[in-house]
Amino acid sequence: MALGDILIEVSNVAKHFGEGETRVDALRAVDLTVRAGEVIALLGPSGSGKTTLLNIIGCILAPSGGRVVLDGEPVFDGKWLRRDLRRLRLDKIGFIFQSHNLLPFLTAQENVAVVLDLAGRPTEEGRARARELLDYLEVGHRAMVKPALLSGGEAQRVAIARALANRPRIILADEPTAALDGARAGLVMDLMRKLAVEQEACIVTVTHDEKIFDRFDRLIYLRDGRLADA
Amino acid sequence: MNLALKDIRHGLFRFVLTCFGLGLLMTVVLAMIGIYNGLVSDALAVVKAPAADVWVVEAGTKGPFAEASSIPADTRDAVARMPGVAEAGAVNYQNVEAAHTGQTLRLYVIGYEPGRPGGPQAIAEGRGIGAGHFELVADRKTGLLPGETIRLGRDRFTVVGLVEGAMNSGGDPAVYVTLADAMALQTELDPAAQRVQTARGAVSVKSASVATIIARMSPGADVDLLTATVRQWKHLAAMTQVEQEELLLASVVDKARRQIGLFLGILLSVSAVVIALIIYTMTMEKLKQIATLKLIGAPDRAIVALIVQQALILGAAGWGIGLMLILTVKDYFPRRVVLEPFNVMVLAGIIAAVCLLSSALGVRAAMKVDPATALGS
Ligand SMILES: Nc1ncnc2c1ncn2[C@@H]1O[C@H](COP(=O)(O)OP(=O)(O)O)[C@@H](O)[C@H]1O
Ligand SMILES: [Mg+2]
Repeated sequence: MALGDILIEVSNVAKHFGEGETRVDALRAVDLTVRAGEVIALLGPSGSGKTTLLNIIGCILAPSGGRVVLDGEPVFDGKWLRRDLRRLRLDKIGFIFQSHNLLPFLTAQENVAVVLDLAGRPTEEGRARARELLDYLEVGHRAMVKPALLSGGEAQRVAIARALANRPRIILADEPTAALDGARAGLVMDLMRKLAVEQEACIVTVTHDEKIFDRFDRLIYLRDGRLADA
Repeated sequence: MNLALKDIRHGLFRFVLTCFGLGLLMTVVLAMIGIYNGLVSDALAVVKAPAADVWVVEAGTKGPFAEASSIPADTRDAVARMPGVAEAGAVNYQNVEAAHTGQTLRLYVIGYEPGRPGGPQAIAEGRGIGAGHFELVADRKTGLLPGETIRLGRDRFTVVGLVEGAMNSGGDPAVYVTLADAMALQTELDPAAQRVQTARGAVSVKSASVATIIARMSPGADVDLLTATVRQWKHLAAMTQVEQEELLLASVVDKARRQIGLFLGILLSVSAVVIALIIYTMTMEKLKQIATLKLIGAPDRAIVALIVQQALILGAAGWGIGLMLILTVKDYFPRRVVLEPFNVMVLAGIIAAVCLLSSALGVRAAMKVDPATALGS
């Protein structure tokens, strides 16, 4: 397929935790460009900086240096360039967490609709969008159920629906299929890809799951805080 | 989508239990306010009952409630003739214990002259005291019923009517009898030695004395002129109604009032700490969910609303339950529990303030939480 706009542009990004003897360099001079429609995997051993990079792209973590441009908008250049990072997340970024992190007091449908609700959209629109996504991800029949009663796979699909609810152009996932069996994991990746293409979004996924490596456009390896060749 | 309500509904049982606990605490606070008010209004009942303008008592005393007062019964005629006095009545007060249906009743016996100031203002049941001897009008709290008889001293009195809210500042219910009967009763209850004197024929000065003369003024008459006139009589003193009420509050119920007032203060502080703790804990338990909300882009406004709304709902529910409970049980208290709408509203204001303050603590913690904690890898 033809590649679209550049959605993620990370240049020379570094991140270290602590100072002096306790200093840990989680990322050193990382460059990464991701375009609309791309589905890429972040691979690497534990502690190589995958989560750190994902959190920087998601504007949850400030880099120690470098530059980040999201959807054409510079958001970090030595410092944050936007004050309302949460609004940026609400508008542009969908997160899929390792543990699904659904709100326990909302039903599956409400967990998805709440994103639109927070963005100030009409209740009806949120409900309709939630139904549409849940049906699409084949958990529509569980819409009225609270997370505690969902299976791991169902919860993860609800979390994916939530990440997609606001039609974000950047979807970030940290081991989204860790809780799923092989067949389901493949299915979930296929669904995510389909949605990404339809919504002209990109997906960056941290994974260890070799079963699904063939479903990515690109595999990016991190080793010791640096991009490495496969 | 109201997150606060959804969260409450999710943990409804626990929330209701918390509200109920808080409600019980509020019941105690309201009971204490009610007891405090009841104490004050009960204490004043005996002073307010005769609707007096001026109280004439023994010189050098703060009678007849704060201190004993004894003046000659015929002072009433003199007071009635003083300038501006419309009516005057002699009144006598004494505490009596009487046996009734196997129980000991503590009664506050008020002797007055029928047709003159000092008697009950309104009869709730039966009739007032007539011309006959040994009739009695009792407060309903005595448990006496019209038609019953009760032995006071050597004589048996017949209950002819009931009144409400008549008692002394200690809460003992009052009974009204004629002044003549009351004075006879007083003589009978005098120390034995004095009775012997009386029996020998020695004239007892005390036997012809009363506690106070109650005067009502003609419209527009000068109260100060009357008190000044009374004070010219060396053995008499005079107090206006307002002075008498203030005196009673200051001397008789002041300690009890301060005691309860201080306890109320402690109780309110404890309640404030408990409310603060509940709300703070409620927020702390939600920190991970708050981090998730931040991660998906919830504005601060949504998070503050979640915490503050829950705090206010909790406070309002606790207040409501407390109010309901106290209104249900207040009449079972042995002494009067008086709740003014004003007190209840002030308590609501205090609870609201405490809730807002403690949610401010929660909000501060919530604002500090890092959205990354939601990732929990
Ligand atoms: N908040 C933090 N404080 C200190 N060190 C951290 C923190 N987060 C990550 N690190 C360190 O940074 C390095 C990269 O971590 P991470 O990005 O989580 O790796 P991965 O996700 O690839 O396992 C690790 O050495 C880790 O210990
Ligand atoms: Mg990780």
